[in-house]
This record gives sequence, structure tokens and C-alpha cells, in this order.
Amino acid sequence: MEPRRNFLAAAWEGLGELVRGFATTFIHLFRRPITEAYPEYHRPLPERSRARIILTRDPDGDERCVACYLCSGVCPVSCISMQSSQREDGRRFASWFRINFARCIYCGLCEEACPTLAIQLTPHFETCQYDILTLVAEKEDLLVDHGGKNRDYNFYRHAGVTAVGGKGEHLQEAKPVNRRSNLP
Amino acid sequence: MTAWITGCLILLLKLGIVLVGLLLLAAYLVLAERKLLARLQIRLGPNRAGPLGLMQPLADAVKLLTKEDLAPAKADRLIFLLAPAVVAATALLIFAVVPFGQDWVIGGRRIPLVVADLNVGLLYALALSSIGVYGVALGGWSSNSKYALLGGIRGAAQMISYELSLGLALVPVVMLAGSFSLVEIVAAQSRYPFLLVQPLSFLIFFVSAVAETKRIPFDLPEAENELVAGYHTEYSGMRFGLFFLGEYVTMVVMGSLVAVFFLGGWRGPWLPPLVWFFLKVLGVVFFMIWMRGTLPRLRYDQLMHLGWKLLVPLALLNIVVTGAVLLLLRA
Ligand code: SF4
Ligand code: SF4
Repeated sequence: MEPRRNFLAAAWEGLGELVRGFATTFIHLFRRPITEAYPEYHRPLPERSRARIILTRDPDGDERCVACYLCSGVCPVSCISMQSSQREDGRRFASWFRINFARCIYCGLCEEACPTLAIQLTPHFETCQYDILTLVAEKEDLLVDHGGKNRDYNFYRHAGVTAVGGKGEHLQEAKPVNRRSNLP
Repeated sequence: MTAWITGCLILLLKLGIVLVGLLLLAAYLVLAERKLLARLQIRLGPNRAGPLGLMQPLADAVKLLTKEDLAPAKADRLIFLLAPAVVAATALLIFAVVPFGQDWVIGGRRIPLVVADLNVGLLYALALSSIGVYGVALGGWSSNSKYALLGGIRGAAQMISYELSLGLALVPVVMLAGSFSLVEIVAAQSRYPFLLVQPLSFLIFFVSAVAETKRIPFDLPEAENELVAGYHTEYSGMRFGLFFLGEYVTMVVMGSLVAVFFLGGWRGPWLPPLVWFFLKVLGVVFFMIWMRGTLPRLRYDQLMHLGWKLLVPLALLNIVVTGAVLLLLRA
């Protein structure tokens, strides 16, 4: 138990604290408010903040997306849908790609799942619309002409398209070994 | 006959001006409170509606008027619909006895700047503030909702407790002034305001007045983080607006009562009486807002403790001491 204090001393202390509290708030009256008036002032957001989604291109200008459906599968609210196709050279792409931003919760899981860095979230958050259907974004709306956060990465240089080039011709890929001479 | 008719007209005019003035004051008090509170918390406050947010009360009024006026299905309809009016009306009616300026003389006619100089004005004010409790308690009860009921019960308990110290704190003032009339009380302070001789009374009255207006250290009846919105949880639209209006009018009225009883009413050097009165009321109101920006809410037992074990005995003691001193001085 707390030792019993003199009532007057306690009252005096309480009064002091009261005065201190009132003084603190009074001084606040003359301080500049810390409010950022939003539509006039946009706070610069960190590069990795999660808002509107884009589909990026690789350094050669090709679409990065290989329509692997991983983003669509991982999306907790199932707001990504697409149709995969193949070009003549065997490279896969999405013939259409749709994100329903009315449903997206901006969790960023699609970006994490994407093996090609194609789908990326950007700090651009002002996406409000009066008509909810205008929030459905098609591939044309999503595709941009740059590489987003990692401009140099090119998935195909690493993984390759089987139809183009031979084995062992891709970046960081070892030459194929001769299985006959590879015995221990 | 003509004298009677002009008297009537003047009274009506006065009534209209006071009513409109009071309502405008209350409306802009909401804005002032939000602005000041924001600055006390280093924020900006409302600044979008009109220049500096000056049209905010208008926008609020339009919003409240156009909202749907809901009543819960199982509510006691009649009482539910009447309760907000009780709060707002009693608050407005109290102001009738408050003198807000020196008598004017226009064309040989004396026009007292008070709506009604009742000889029991003080009792009238206390009685009306007691009726205001009914608005809170009935509003909470008739909503048929647990939060509202709890808020109503708290409101009734709190306001009844603090009314006691509110009334007791005024007894020394009545003893000093020798009258229940607010005009006489102001007249009795022609040499010095009662604040100087009755600081304890002033303190008790002020604390009780804040409790009567259900403002922050004592806002248990609405306690938004425990009771959603307390007694007005179920109210919407203009009925909620009436509760709100009542609260702010009560704030002005309590401010003017403090000014009348302890700060010398409209008396003051250099400036015109009306301005003095206004300044004093605003001063008290500013302090209430400042308090709201500074103090946390009391717990329920602390509230009752403060009221019954501290304020009431102190007020009683104050009465006895004042009486003894007065007796000694006059003997
Ligand atoms: S951010 Fe989340 S919710 Fe939005 S599309 Fe990607 S995975 Fe789906
Ligand atoms: S955006 Fe990425 S994860 Fe989604 S389908 Fe295209 S490549 Fe696969």
C-alpha cells in the first residue's frame, strides 16, 4: 500500500499537475498545427506504399506478365481475372487481364506472388469514382511503359522461352552437362 | 392602451432578438469549440465550409435537417419525440431571467435589457435546469436501448447530484445580495464582483455548472467510448440536433449565470455593458472548452465522490462561514 500522505501535500501536488496540464494545452494554442491539409498538400509516400496496381514491361519493352495465374490465385478477394494465350514464338501473355479495384484490398499479395515482377502496386491512391463500374480496370488501363520498381529485371533472360535460343544461353544459366560424363 | 401595446411590441422584439442571438451564438459556439479544441490539440479544425470554415454551422444545420428522422420500432414514441425539445426549451428558457446589459432609455422609455426580471429568478433558473434532466433521462429511457438507458440513468444521477451543489453554492450569493432576482444580484455587485469575496462558491458553482452541461470531465451520460453516444444514441436528424443545440445553449446560459452571479454581470469599466457581458460569457465558455481539451473523463465513482463528499460539504461549510461573517459585520 502507498504510504498515507498528508492531504494538503497531495492536494497541492494535484493542483500543480492540473496547472501543468492546462498550461500545456494553452501553449498548444500558439503552436503551428501539424495538420497536413490533404487535397492541397500531398504527402510524398514511400515508394513501396501499396495502392493502384500496374502491369510493367521488361527493359526490351515486352509485357512482363506470362499469364501464370499466380496473382489471380493468391488474391484473397479474387479480384484478378485473365485469359492466357501464347505468341508464335512460344511466349505466354494474357490476352485480357482485368482487376476489379472496387474489390481489391491492396494487400500486395499479387505483387509478392508474381514471378516476373509484372504486377506491381504504386503509391498512387486517389482512385475514387462515383460509378463503381469505372473501377474495373482492363489491361490497357493497367499496362505502363516502364519497369516499375526494378527496371532492369527481365524474367525471360533468366528463365528463357524454350522456343527461342538453345539450352544454356540464358543469363546465369549453366551450360548443359553431358550426362554420360557427369557420373561421380 | 397604446403604452400597453408598445410595451408588448418591445417585449416581443426583445424576445426575438434574444432568441435569435442565443441560437446564433450556440451555433457558432459549436464551430468555435471545434476550432479551439483542434488548436488545443495542434490540429486545424473545420476549415472547408466557406472562408475559415465560417459556414460550417449552416452546413451542419442543412445536414441535420435533411437527415432521416428515425425512431426505434420499440421506442416509447411520444416521449422519444418530446425529450429533445425538453432539453433545448429549458436551456433557452433559463436565459429569460439573465440581465445582459444596463437599462436603455429610448424616447423617455426605460427598456431593461432582460427578458423578465423575476423576483425569484435564481430559483427559476435552478428549477428549469432540473427540468432539463427529464429530457436526458426520458430520452435515454424511451429509446429502449441499453446504451441510451445507461446514459440516461447516469445523466439523471449526475445532474441531480450536482444540482445540489449548484444550488448550495448560490446561497452565499443570495445572502450577500439579499435577493433572488438576477437583476438585483448584478446591482449588488456594483462595487466588486462576488468572485472576490466568494472564491470557493465560485469554484463549486463552476464545477457544478460544467457537470450540469455534461461536458468533458463530467460527460459520463454520453461517454462515447463506453456508451456509443449515451442518452442520444438512438436519435438522428434534427432531434439529435436539438440535443446538441440544448447542450450548447446550456453552455452559454451557464456561462452567463457564472458571469451574473460571480463576475459582476454586465458591469465593467470603459467598455459598454453589453460588450462586457459578452466578454465575460465568452471567457467562461472558453475556459469550459479549454477544460475539455485538457482533462480526461472522471470515473463514475469519482464523479459521485467529488459531488457528494467534497462539493456539497464544502458548499454547506461555505454557507455557515458566510452567514457568520455577515452576522458579525452587520452586528
Ligand atoms: S493487392 Fe491483394 S486484393 Fe489487390 S489484386 Fe493484389 S492480391 Fe488482390
Ligand atoms: S501478373 Fe505476374 S503473377 Fe499475375 S499472371 Fe502475370 S506473371 Fe503471373
